[in-house]
Amino acid sequence: MIRFDNVTKLYPSQVRPAIDECTLEIEKGEFVFLVGASGSGKSTLLRMVLREERPTSGRVHVLGKDLNRLSSWKVPALRRNMGTVFQDFRLLPNKSVFENIAFALEVIGKSRHTIQQVVPEVIELVGLAGKEARRPDELSGGEQQRVAIARAFANRPMILIADEPTGNLDPSTSVGIMRLLDRINRTGTTVVMATHDAVIVDQMRKRVVELEGGHLVRDQSRGVYGYSR
Amino acid sequence: MRASVIFTEVGQGLRRNLGLTTAVVLTVLVSGILGGTSFMLREQVNTMKSYWYDKAEVAIFLCSNGDTTPSCAGQAVTQAQRQQIQADLQGLPQVQTIYYESKHEAYLHFKQQFAGSAISQNVPPDSLPESFRVKLKDPTQFSIVSGLFQGRAGVSQVEDQRTILDKLFHVLNTLQVMALIIAAVSVIAALLLIANTIRVTAFTRRRETGIMRLVGASNLSIQLPFLLETVIAAIFGALLACLALAVGKSILVDKILAPALQFTPFIGWSAFWKAGSLVILASILVAAGASMITLRRYLRV
Repeated sequence: MIRFDNVTKLYPSQVRPAIDECTLEIEKGEFVFLVGASGSGKSTLLRMVLREERPTSGRVHVLGKDLNRLSSWKVPALRRNMGTVFQDFRLLPNKSVFENIAFALEVIGKSRHTIQQVVPEVIELVGLAGKEARRPDELSGGEQQRVAIARAFANRPMILIADEPTGNLDPSTSVGIMRLLDRINRTGTTVVMATHDAVIVDQMRKRVVELEGGHLVRDQSRGVYGYSR
Repeated sequence: MRASVIFTEVGQGLRRNLGLTTAVVLTVLVSGILGGTSFMLREQVNTMKSYWYDKAEVAIFLCSNGDTTPSCAGQAVTQAQRQQIQADLQGLPQVQTIYYESKHEAYLHFKQQFAGSAISQNVPPDSLPESFRVKLKDPTQFSIVSGLFQGRAGVSQVEDQRTILDKLFHVLNTLQVMALIIAAVSVIAALLLIANTIRVTAFTRRRETGIMRLVGASNLSIQLPFLLETVIAAIFGALLACLALAVGKSILVDKILAPALQFTPFIGWSAFWKAGSLVILASILVAAGASMITLRRYLRV
């Protein structure tokens, strides 16, 4: 599903590569934690999966497609198969919960009928039934993140990318979010999550990929966060 | 993306940036009026050029019955006189080409030039004189020809058609060029305003466009609302310009100038339609072009 072949990414203004010869393979249905200190390359890796960045060398394959060879106008179609969740939620402040999720479906051309069907389903899935009309500033952090997850999941993507989704949340709320992501993973969605929340990683015991200074230093199937260095 | 969704976004955008949108409409309006006026001035010059203007400089009008010029004494030119005049013309080294225009042809050319004017209805077919039209190798040699034929038996008048009209054309052409220059400056202002509108809109909508990109909306559906906003504003400005041109033509040409200057033909409505279509087309192209270039620079896709 996702494969990195000896990928290196060097940003133009920097000396040290953000990602240095990483080789990584993620299968369908996996749940992968991407851990590492700030600046270790986690976000860069995720951006390369989304084709927001292109590798300086090496190849990235996502959903069977070689991203190096993919023409720009085909990238939107690829991204429809991926949902993204961010640390800062990235909701539209002037739209309600329902409208925020509907927006993501509208802009990719889904019919009003589909939207009226799918959005309530996914709102219920994330546990926000009854709060459809609320604006983001009327929601707690955890609820906002749930909306973001609902939006990411609304189109039933094959891959869910989460970049530090619990970064702005307190520990108990974080647990709720992780349970949600776990539930989503069990429906067959591949989840790749960058985090430096050690507690959650230790709790969930999923596959852990550790980056340090751009290098892939650890790849463990039922790993812990680990402060071994 | 569905059409209704796009239209609601465009409507919102136009309202949100009302100031900038109005500025675009106004600059397009000014450009359109000036550009359209310039075009219509050119059409006016073309209308005023008679059939012979480009073909021959010298007009030798021959006597008709009842012509009171001393050299005619009320008699029409005779065949012998006509042939002699033609032979003499052919003998002149300054002459490049000689044309003969019969009374009937003169009438047809007149009707053609003054089509649509009131005067063309009132002129009887026989009232225009026959003439020789002469193209000179060197237009400044007019006085030689006129000296030889003016006052001759059978010749009513010798006219240099061009000098009569050239002064007027000079004024009109200067006006036309001035209008065009100001129009060009105005177009530059419109371009800059369009670019600015897009920059501001792109910044204001950066959250929405960011999500659209991540979610996999096609590049076109992201760019289209911006494009439509500026093009719609430009079309609106162009339509207002057309309205102004129509009112201007109707008042200035039809109600003031044409009745006052009846010996000259004036532009009809076809000139307006041509000018109007050009203005609308140009405004769409300019707006679309400027938008696409700005979008490429300021909107990440």
